[in-house]
Amino acid sequence: MTIGDRTPNPRAYDAVTGRTRFADDLTFPGMLHARLVRSPHAHARVVAIDAAAALALPGVHAVITAADLPTPFGVIPWTQDEHALAAKARFVGDPVACVAAVDEQTAIRAAALVDVTWEVLPHVLEPAAALAPEAPRVNELAKHGNVTKSVQLAFGDLDAALAGSDAVVAASYDFAGSTHAALEPHCAIGQWDPAGGLTVVSTTQVPHYLHRELARVLELAEDRVRVIQPPLGGGFGGKSEPFGHELCVGKLAMMTGRPVKLRLTREEVFYTHRGRHPMHLDVRLGATRDGRLTGCDLRVLIDGGAYASFGLVTTYYAGQLVTAPLRLSAFRLDTTRAYTNKPPCGPKRGHGSVQPRFAFEVTVDRLAEALDLDPIELRRRNCLEAGERTINEFLVRSTGFRDCLDRVERASDWKRKHRQLPFGRGVGVAGSFYISGTNYPIYPNEMPQSAVQLKVDRSGKVTVFSGACEMGQGVEAMLTAIVCEELGVAPGAVRVVTGDTDLTPVDLGGYSSRTTMMAGNACLRAARDLAARVAEVAGADWRTRPPVEAFRVAEARLGALGAVGSYDTPKDVHGAYRGGTIGASPAYSFTAHVAEVTVDVETGQVRVDRLWVAHDCGRALRPQIVEGQIEGSAYMGLGEALFEEQAFHPSGLHRGPSLLDYGLPTTLDTPDIVAMIVEGGDPEGPYGAKEAGEGPLHPSIPAIANAIHDAVGIRLDALPFSPARVLAALTPRPTGRS
Amino acid sequence: MQPLPPLAWSAPTTIDEVVAALAEGVPGEVRLHAGGTDLVPNLKRGVTSARRLIGLGRVAELQELVDGPADALGVGAAVTLDDLGRDPRVVARWPAVAEAARQVASPQLRRMATLGGNLCLDTRCRFYDQSAFWRGALGGCLKADGDACHVVPTGRKCVAACCADTPAPLIAAGAELELASVRGPRRVHVADFFAGDGARNHTLAPDELLVRVWLPAPAPGTRAGYQRLRRRGAIDFPLLTVAATVVVERDVVRAVTVVVGALGAVPRRLRGLDALAVGRPLDAAVRAAIAAAATRQCHPLDNLGDAAWRQAVVAPLVRRTLEALEPATAPDAASLR
Ligand SMILES: Cc1cc2nc3c(=O)[nH]c(=O)nc-3n(C[C@H](O)[C@H](O)[C@H](O)COP(=O)(O)OP(=O)(O)OC[C@H]3O[C@@H](n4cnc5c(N)ncnc54)[C@H](O)[C@@H]3O)c2cc1C
Ligand code: SF4
Repeated sequence: MTIGDRTPNPRAYDAVTGRTRFADDLTFPGMLHARLVRSPHAHARVVAIDAAAALALPGVHAVITAADLPTPFGVIPWTQDEHALAAKARFVGDPVACVAAVDEQTAIRAAALVDVTWEVLPHVLEPAAALAPEAPRVNELAKHGNVTKSVQLAFGDLDAALAGSDAVVAASYDFAGSTHAALEPHCAIGQWDPAGGLTVVSTTQVPHYLHRELARVLELAEDRVRVIQPPLGGGFGGKSEPFGHELCVGKLAMMTGRPVKLRLTREEVFYTHRGRHPMHLDVRLGATRDGRLTGCDLRVLIDGGAYASFGLVTTYYAGQLVTAPLRLSAFRLDTTRAYTNKPPCGPKRGHGSVQPRFAFEVTVDRLAEALDLDPIELRRRNCLEAGERTINEFLVRSTGFRDCLDRVERASDWKRKHRQLPFGRGVGVAGSFYISGTNYPIYPNEMPQSAVQLKVDRSGKVTVFSGACEMGQGVEAMLTAIVCEELGVAPGAVRVVTGDTDLTPVDLGGYSSRTTMMAGNACLRAARDLAARVAEVAGADWRTRPPVEAFRVAEARLGALGAVGSYDTPKDVHGAYRGGTIGASPAYSFTAHVAEVTVDVETGQVRVDRLWVAHDCGRALRPQIVEGQIEGSAYMGLGEALFEEQAFHPSGLHRGPSLLDYGLPTTLDTPDIVAMIVEGGDPEGPYGAKEAGEGPLHPSIPAIANAIHDAVGIRLDALPFSPARVLAALTPRPTGRS
Repeated sequence: MQPLPPLAWSAPTTIDEVVAALAEGVPGEVRLHAGGTDLVPNLKRGVTSARRLIGLGRVAELQELVDGPADALGVGAAVTLDDLGRDPRVVARWPAVAEAARQVASPQLRRMATLGGNLCLDTRCRFYDQSAFWRGALGGCLKADGDACHVVPTGRKCVAACCADTPAPLIAAGAELELASVRGPRRVHVADFFAGDGARNHTLAPDELLVRVWLPAPAPGTRAGYQRLRRRGAIDFPLLTVAATVVVERDVVRAVTVVVGALGAVPRRLRGLDALAVGRPLDAAVRAAIAAAATRQCHPLDNLGDAAWRQAVVAPLVRRTLEALEPATAPDAASLR
């Protein structure tokens, strides 16, 4: 196996044949089961908790409440506004107590016996209402009222740019919240060893951040905490911060001396959430008659839910990440994230930028219509070039966006379809870019973002130790490909050890599409260092012989063979203004989508017939995995476009916290997805590689919206494009093509 | 996976044993388990108090399709929907019933799910088909543990919907049910089996077993169809069901039955269609008139959400069903032609 060949991901076989052992498959002798007691109220103070009846139930070992875990936590050090167990519940489902018992049934019964006395408080569900002066205060640890963060930035002279435009389109959009719905619900197991310390096995995308928070909240030295992350059954951002239930199993294990497991039910996953933020977006975008974009004015009100999560970053991303792939001459953003009494929102695949991307790309489509230009042509006239900086000063070292547009245009037969299909059928286009990792870690430090250790022994086996998070996306396969390429070994001779803070060097985690760029570069450096040393003693032609021969020579001459490599980001790729680092990345991926749809004008039902997706990932280290990421992303976007919504009753109760009610697309709702890889190469990425896991989701939603407009002449500015909404927009039927 | 509460299980092999076990059990505590695809989720959600389950999987008689008098077909209550939807006799003579069976849920579920369970399916409502925690947070409702209905706040009766696929086409086909208990057998038309209370929408006694569904031979010239509305291409329960049986003789309608389901507790048989259709060809005007009658008579509720949208879709769905009728071939149809 080498870079770019089409060997399938071996872990995929394990997953589909049931061999993978997930966190919930693990049991330990004497293990207890824990269950959370959750608030039935959207906003209520815990006046008292009487656990006597629960503790009296045979088999119950412990009940803990807010007082047992008093230290606030949160993934972003500046907004630690959450407790493992709340003293005041801030949404329906907020946990306030946790019981541990001999088995799950007993834990369920005990949880029901925990008697909570509530003082119900007025609640607020909408961000606009939450910002009103008389609104109830959702989170007392917030620094300013119900605001997590508010960002105002301006680049260039927006007013002049819009005044000098031949066309300006102003439109407003409402993006509904959605959740990750990873197949595997969260699960954590705490184990306490008085000599060795605490071990927590958890379904986490961020073992390192969890490690830090466990130590801080449980008041343990960091060197007494170990986090193990087994293979994940999907994450999509829903497992990328420390959670209260992880702290609870740690605490309960320390109290009882027994292993303690807590696995969320599907319903609880909907309450734990941290999914896509609902946003209200107002956009103004201008262009000259010849199709040159001028200024963009973007105002976003973000519905954060009860806790900050990554919200500080979200608030920046919601504005900062619309400035490519198209060049703007002026840009102003004003984004605010408000607290509300709902499950907290956070990062979901395409964190913070899928919503403004929807608004921006539909606005571009409107502008193309206003200028009577083909929307692909309009985009082509405004492509940023490699080496250019965006209006907000992000350095774009490589872009294949033009190629992406060409590819989808040709593959979809765009020129013969756009504005030409019969009424009820249409095509739409959209484009996007995304980061390949955040340029800075979430807590300030000057250490590398990722490190890899290689161990080679005389058997010829190479072991890769990496803190990166394998969650089905192919970290093992990616690291294996790099080692095979550099050391000439067969894939079967490579072992990859990930996700264990005792065994592996630090990697900051599986988020922001950072792993190929960062762990990949760290691994590449380690492997090249090792290869150089082997070459020194075994001769420059060592690769012409079986590698194990050279390894033996090297071990004999140099002693134990190993190497380390690490990666940190370049610091000259962004502006120096406050916030200029957030949204900055060592490299950006680019994507274009064309969607073809059929609209049933009598029922309002939309069928997506086909999606063509071209994605510039720089270089596909494992093309099959890249195609899988493109398909999965497009699928996820389609689900958000047509079906999904985290919806709530006026009481704050989730409308349907189950997979049946939530409604992910089935295979029958999923069109053919034509995944096309564009490879231009990026100077920073390993072998030129950039991200592929999140970028390809972005254009899905606006491409479908634009296709619906092409089909039946309606603009859908609120998600999801449910048949009820489509039918309502069709009546009275606009004068369109017939 | 959410664990099940502790349950006792028995698996009798004859109908007599089943009805005896039913008669011995405390009503509410003992429950028949056919495919379990409705019962098991309800047990997990704590909406049934059943603690003793009687499995029907080993009762051979319930798994069979038998030929009856006058070319009728008897379908055992424990025949799976997958088998029902593929059976050549059903496909040829009761195409709407076969189609409904094929529309249920998803392939995996259809291989477990039975026809009897489909007819006895608990009614559905988005304020009820939720966990114990959720219903508690809402404060319960008329159907269980509460005193208000969240769909019709002024109402005194639960209006949860019959969301099974097969009742509408079975009613349109004139099917009958054969029931058994220690008190003896009885027969009832499917249309009379249902009762207008969402809390308990059928008239099965607690000790009764549904043994067989009798499909009467279609009259010569019968055409039948079934269509349903769903959010996604699979898995979802129907948001509307429409079944139609039309008998056409020498190009004019002799009889017409249209049944619309997933409205309230009982599938609704449209009234007054004879005046619109009988004696006329089933042309676009007649189909439109029937669709308009359906709109007037059907009033979807918020029990399944999106009431206004579902109301708007009643007419096109009825019209499309009438446009896509398939011949229900009587066994001697070939000789009639
Ligand atoms: C995700 C999902 C999607 C679904 N989608 C659909 C759908 O689209 N359309 C649809 O119609 N249904 C749907 N269902 C419901 C269900 O799968 C079917 O209705 C199925 O036919 C029920 O049959 P069963 O054998 O599994 O019933 P069970 O769960 O075994 O029983 C259901 C009820 O009927 C009673 N019962 C069963 N057999 C008899 C008998 N012989 N005599 C007396 N009482 C009996 C049981 O005691 C129980 O009360 C869905 C279910 C799920 C979980
Ligand atoms: S219709 Fe009303 S009473 Fe019946 S289940 Fe729904 S909310 Fe409860």
